[in-house]
Amino acid sequence: MNYESVLSDRIKAVKPSGIRKFFDILEEMKDAISLGVGEPDFVTPWHIRDAGIYSLEKGFTKYTSNAGMAELRREIASYMERRFQIRYDFASQIVVTVGGSEGIDLALRCLVNPGDEVIIPVPSFVCYGPLASMAGGTPVYVETKAENEFRLTPQELRAAITPKTKVLVLPFPNNPTGGIMGREDLEAIAEVLRGTDIMVVSDEIYAELTYGQRHVSIANLPDMYERTVVVNGFSKTYAMTGWRLGYLCGPAPLIQQMLKLHQFGIMSAPTTSQYAAIEAVRNGDGDIERMRDEYDGRRRYLVEGLRRIGLPCFEPKGAFYVFPDIRGTGLTSEDFCERFLMEEKVAVIAGNAFGESGEGFVRCCYATSMKEIAEALTRMDNFLTNLKKKQART
Amino acid sequence: MNTKLLRLLEQDCTLTPEQLASMAGMSVEAVKAEIKKLEEDQIVLGYQAIVDWDRTDRESVTALIEVKVTPQRGAGFDRVAERIYQYDEVESVYLMSGSFDLTVIISGRTLREVAEFVGQRLATIEDVTGTATHFILKKYKEKHLIFQKQEQQARELIFA
Repeated sequence: MNYESVLSDRIKAVKPSGIRKFFDILEEMKDAISLGVGEPDFVTPWHIRDAGIYSLEKGFTKYTSNAGMAELRREIASYMERRFQIRYDFASQIVVTVGGSEGIDLALRCLVNPGDEVIIPVPSFVCYGPLASMAGGTPVYVETKAENEFRLTPQELRAAITPKTKVLVLPFPNNPTGGIMGREDLEAIAEVLRGTDIMVVSDEIYAELTYGQRHVSIANLPDMYERTVVVNGFSKTYAMTGWRLGYLCGPAPLIQQMLKLHQFGIMSAPTTSQYAAIEAVRNGDGDIERMRDEYDGRRRYLVEGLRRIGLPCFEPKGAFYVFPDIRGTGLTSEDFCERFLMEEKVAVIAGNAFGESGEGFVRCCYATSMKEIAEALTRMDNFLTNLKKKQART
Repeated sequence: MNTKLLRLLEQDCTLTPEQLASMAGMSVEAVKAEIKKLEEDQIVLGYQAIVDWDRTDRESVTALIEVKVTPQRGAGFDRVAERIYQYDEVESVYLMSGSFDLTVIISGRTLREVAEFVGQRLATIEDVTGTATHFILKKYKEKHLIFQKQEQQARELIFA
């Protein structure tokens, strides 16, 4: 069988993630420190786990309604208003998904026609381009700049817009840069969008992890609510990655179509996870503060540490990543990561894995213990010192 | 009062002044000065490791004792408490609401050592009118730390 000939052209055109080779090395390595994996190191708070367990004990193991349990959607609606001052009707404007990723997939597939362009600021999480392509769209990557703290500027956006532009993906707080867009930054973007038919898919999965200022959703700005689908979820907010639970909020006519696709592709999100999630949104605000405080301490320590040993980085105000500039070492991002791993057994992720403009940077995730961060910094210092010596000799 | 530093120290007192400074957004000098002051003011009383002695071959027993006391005019329970907490064997003393007055936690090498302490020292203190001794059979958690080794899910390599 010639599998090449049976596979769809679309999936064949999707490039595999370049990170695989690096992970293979890491997998073989004993006692490596990893600042590589982008997920909370906390275990899901007990009261949330307990709610999941309790639902199993009671035998709540059936499907839920396609959109997700009404009780959960009511809680999500109340959460969105309480935390971000945006109002959604639980009955028509919210669908519970299998992680934020499914939400992104649903949103893009329901908005994109073949040939439509999807503007994707990079560096950013790797899923948007491939999902846009699978939906028949054409990803248009906009390279955000270090000097702008990797925010999307209205000039960059305007330059990327063509008559075919259908969707703008807005991935902030940003993985991998830790950059955020404040109200004024978003207002400038909104000004470009007003009067167009461009839709916004706003991936706000890190919305609760901002430091020093509250996250603002673009849906909160005048004229933006009606063109924005907000993607959010439980993974980062409540350390619930493995539960696979997210949601979409947006205008009812859009959400209803997305629900249709979700219904055929997924049926309903995991029931146990939904019970746990009800407990999370209802009684988990304290957990959010506690974890954010903890991340914030590590963030400050890692940023200062990196700067001290000679790697410049802008202050990341969101998510749990620092994105230091390694251009001064003369190495490419991939060389840097591979050599750092081989010589010092510390894993960080090459910035160009998140888009070309990530070249010259590496992603360090601080969702790991202070001890590991401290040790990683010592090893990073070693690595840089040795590198300089070697470079001086040649 | 800014409790940020205290909260960090309470969680992990092995953090260096440099680490504390970054985490609390203070200068290293300010952290050192603040810690000195906290110690002088006895807001920070000390720094200790939490040890699971059951995993060593050192014998030890701990007991929680409910103590009933006749309060004294002018001094309430404080004088009696003071007479109790002076003993090295006594780990903790708390004044309680409810059906007894003081909780005293003591540890010794053997059951008998603890029993003797209660019988001969504690119960004989003037104004102590009764004791009930509860031996601790197993410690599960102390100061947010769980004694039994926790199985952790290994982090799988996923590009997230």
